[in-house]
Amino acid sequence: MIEIENLSKTFTLHNQGSAVIEVMRDATLSVKAGECVGLVGASGAGKSTLMRMIYGNYLAASGSLRIGDIDVAKATPRDILALRRDVLGDVSQFLRVLPRVPTRDVVAEPLLAIGVHETTAQARAESLLARLNIPQTLWHLSPTTFSGGEQQRINIARGFVHAYPALLLDEPTASLDATNREVVLTLIEEAKARGAVIVGIFHDEFARDRVCDRVIDVTAFSPDRVT
Amino acid sequence: MGVSAGANVGERLMAVGARHYGDIRGQAVDWLGRVEIDETRIDDRPTTFSGGMQQRLQIARNLVTGPRLIFMDEPTGGLDVSVQARLLDLLRGLVRDLGLSVIIVTHDLAVVRLLADRLMVMKSGHVVEAGLTDQVLDDPQHAYTQLLVSSVLQV
Repeated sequence: MIEIENLSKTFTLHNQGSAVIEVMRDATLSVKAGECVGLVGASGAGKSTLMRMIYGNYLAASGSLRIGDIDVAKATPRDILALRRDVLGDVSQFLRVLPRVPTRDVVAEPLLAIGVHETTAQARAESLLARLNIPQTLWHLSPTTFSGGEQQRINIARGFVHAYPALLLDEPTASLDATNREVVLTLIEEAKARGAVIVGIFHDEFARDRVCDRVIDVTAFSPDRVT
Repeated sequence: MGVSAGANVGERLMAVGARHYGDIRGQAVDWLGRVEIDETRIDDRPTTFSGGMQQRLQIARNLVTGPRLIFMDEPTGGLDVSVQARLLDLLRGLVRDLGLSVIIVTHDLAVVRLLADRLMVMKSGHVVEAGLTDQVLDDPQHAYTQLLVSSVLQV
């Protein structure tokens, strides 16, 4: 489902002496449907860079990055927008939303984007918010003033409200208590059971051991690696 | 400017064939509400409005007839941030629900990130970079885009 071959990444800093920084070389990995792969490696090794490249947020310098039928490394912006709408979900660590939009609408939005009727979309958003223990009294408020753990759960709800065939999870359990961590891990297990392919960063070892079928050390893709 | 706020909106509806006064006024009230202009101001002239209110009235006036494509030049420029947020949400909803296409000219990169699917960066009359909005902002390739993105003040 996700096939990455010889993927490389460089940054050229035009305003800082045109410094060229090579951050990844020949990354190759393959993840099957129903499989969850954890990316590991020291801070700065390139876990987030690889996740961002899969999401189409960073441009690849070379190589290929296939998700289903689309090569994200060469896809047009419209192809990537369609991919994100229909196929590829993303749960990041930080919530980025329009101010003043109620939590329920923030969570329902991915469903509205694929044409689900508003009543159905809101009902699904509400059931997920309830499952993630977000008090009903908060559903009509904007999440911008919520606590870190609450905002993270809103992000998770947005990522799981549509049954994306592929999911990127960046530290989905980082600021959660044991009860909510359990809810999130169950959501991940359910996604795997329905055949979703998942790539994630989990510093939480308990979570990693529980949901990851294998881990990949991205240090192997570093240009500085000892060969 | 010589006519009331409600008439400014209604004029557009009449131009596309609306003739029922009650319907026209009803739609004008609805659109003033959407851009957060109090209904009690419907019979006031826009000359008595603040700059931001005039801008919102202009937006209501242009969206009321359900156009397929709109151009917006600095649409959030004169607005206070609370109204700006509501307007951005309104626009996103219109794009999603009505299939509206929008081309926006703006200097506000935060607005771009929250609103635009795609982004073109221009300098001296030329497009220097174009692509997916978050990709261009997070991994800019051109020197000018890198300079723009790195110069944004964090709130």
